[in-house]
Amino acid sequence: MSEITDSETLEAAPDNPVSGIDQSSGNFKYDMTYDFDAGTGLNERTVDYISSVKKEAAWLHDFRQSALKVFNSKPLPTHWATKDLENINFDKIRYYLSQGLKPKRTWDEVPADIKRTFERLGIPEQERKFLAGVEAQFDSEAAYSNIKEAVAKQGVIFMNSTEALREHPEIFRKYFGKVIPTGDNKFSALNSAVFSGGSFIYVPPGVKVSHPLQAYFRINAENFGQFERTLIIADEGSELTYMEGCTAPKFSTATLHSAVVELVALKGAKIQYITVQNWSSNVFNLVTKRGLAHDEAEIKWIDCNIGSRLTMKYPGVVLKGRKARGEVISIALANDGQHQDTGAKMVHAADETTSTVVSKSISVGQGRATYRGVVHIPRHLKGCKNNTECDALLINTNSRTDTYPAITVRGDRHAVQHEASVSKVSAEQIFYMQQRGLTEGQAMSLSVNGFVNDLARQFPMEYSVELKRLIDLEMEGSVG
Amino acid sequence: MSSLVISNLHVSTGDKEIVKGLSLTINPGEIHAIMGPNGTGKSTLAKAIAGHPDYTITAGDVLLDGKSILAMESDERARAGIFLAFQYPSEIPGVSIANFLRAALQARMSEGEEIDASGYYKRLYEKMDMLKIDRKFTSRSVNEGFSGGEKKRSEILQMAMLEPRFALMDETDSGLDIDALRIVSDGVNRLRGPNLGILLITHYQRLLNYIVPDFVHVMIEGTIVKSGNKTLALELETRGYDWVKKEFANA
Repeated sequence: MSEITDSETLEAAPDNPVSGIDQSSGNFKYDMTYDFDAGTGLNERTVDYISSVKKEAAWLHDFRQSALKVFNSKPLPTHWATKDLENINFDKIRYYLSQGLKPKRTWDEVPADIKRTFERLGIPEQERKFLAGVEAQFDSEAAYSNIKEAVAKQGVIFMNSTEALREHPEIFRKYFGKVIPTGDNKFSALNSAVFSGGSFIYVPPGVKVSHPLQAYFRINAENFGQFERTLIIADEGSELTYMEGCTAPKFSTATLHSAVVELVALKGAKIQYITVQNWSSNVFNLVTKRGLAHDEAEIKWIDCNIGSRLTMKYPGVVLKGRKARGEVISIALANDGQHQDTGAKMVHAADETTSTVVSKSISVGQGRATYRGVVHIPRHLKGCKNNTECDALLINTNSRTDTYPAITVRGDRHAVQHEASVSKVSAEQIFYMQQRGLTEGQAMSLSVNGFVNDLARQFPMEYSVELKRLIDLEMEGSVG
Repeated sequence: MSSLVISNLHVSTGDKEIVKGLSLTINPGEIHAIMGPNGTGKSTLAKAIAGHPDYTITAGDVLLDGKSILAMESDERARAGIFLAFQYPSEIPGVSIANFLRAALQARMSEGEEIDASGYYKRLYEKMDMLKIDRKFTSRSVNEGFSGGEKKRSEILQMAMLEPRFALMDETDSGLDIDALRIVSDGVNRLRGPNLGILLITHYQRLLNYIVPDFVHVMIEGTIVKSGNKTLALELETRGYDWVKKEFANA
């Protein structure tokens, strides 16, 4: 067992580029000891180590090793993305940490220090309500996992990916890496090499999971990347909502988070995937999320990004079956020193497929929000529809927003609509609200909440409350 | 003693002085109308008292209950009981009237104190009935897509809910047709009482047929040049402002 006590060997912490922002909701950290640790840096031995600790099958070990080669062979995508990516020091990152504990079945079995962290995240409330639809990942492995009896009775499989690979290799392997191949991009390759944790869900045909399944996870080890891998399969005619929430404690050195999330909605199935993230402002959050929608299936991503130093995330849907529908709804808030590079990818690959993208971004102070969208409709299809709307709100005069929509439509049998707007919170509006007794910070906050209100309403209640609270916290620090 | 005292007030925007040494005392229960031609500084006076950042007070003072409010932020002034009914109220997209008013009331409560939701809605609906405002109104975004009349009614509704001690009403009659004017005036008359002092800024005498003032002041070139009772307003209606201007020039 090794502990993280070698922080003196790390480079001196760079100054936090974001000062004065109250992120106290995520500002806590407890000492934890890790049973397994792959050390810093990434090479074949790191991958061997992860694979052996997890007692993985040979095919998976090979999969990881070849992914490592792809990762090493691919350059950083700085020809289109920000050069800030060059500041990630891959040699300084810890690629695997584990509690070394088996996922917990009941709340009583969860270690007290983990409970304490969860308590500050407000999870116990959820816990009491849903108890068991909760899968909470703590660091690399799920620290707590309890499948609600009702869900299990319906035949739903809900467990962490590591466990699922052991217990359900036949389903896992069939879909794993099919929606997002290893070589999709440099970071999907990285994830494929070192992934650990994440959720696996399989919903049998016709089963409608009545309440949302949830996973909370956060990063809690300095200089430690988190590479979870989530795979969700909704079999024919089934329905599922999955919620992923995340707040991270404050660190002094940069941290990398690079997840891969694959969704498969078979014929007539519906998947809704909801994310509310609040990363601390030194995290590189480089995530690949994509779903595959078969005939008449529906995949909806609701994605909310707050915090992080750089987020690059473009949830996508490949509309593979006739009449499949894809939707991305995203909210991004970029504060000082933060860059939210988010958007959506809609690939139409069958007739009469429909996609919708609604993106709202808020830039505060010197924050930068970028929308990048890809919509692809090839010539041989007919009856495809896309509607894209992106709205940007600038809070300060030095705030920045960019929009890069790439819409490729061939053929003349499709309907495509694109709308974009940029607005600014005016001094007059703030004065009006202040004249009613709200402080400048409260006024800003209300404005921003109003701007995202029509999207936030689509979130489940507890998430829209959390979102409002996060926006309030961000805006508190933006005034003055 | 409770009062709003404006004392030798000078207000500038940029390099330009707009209000030039204006003095006026408003006591609770009184309605003071300020009339005057366009561009004479009436709106500037109201905004400066409310703490609008575009206006600088270069001399003089504004005292609430004997204490200067000039060092206070605009939101502190609001919470202390000063309300400005805007001539051109801002739109706040995505924020419903109900949520906006609730936030404004919440801002007046002490830390840890929570507004009672059912009591709040009961009160809100009472005030809306008084102003003949449809219930559906509460879920609409503040001022977004409102007609002129709706905007002004929304201002009066906010005033009714926030219960200020002194209200500055800036051209509340502008953009209203006769029916809307009657409804808005009715609302103000109902709010009228021993605890509320009102400064009513208007261009036309018409409003004063509905809201009868205790005092009428004529403002020209940044200062009050003549004061009287409601008959002064009628005189202005028939004779215009020119004779007052002449008096002022000759003085």
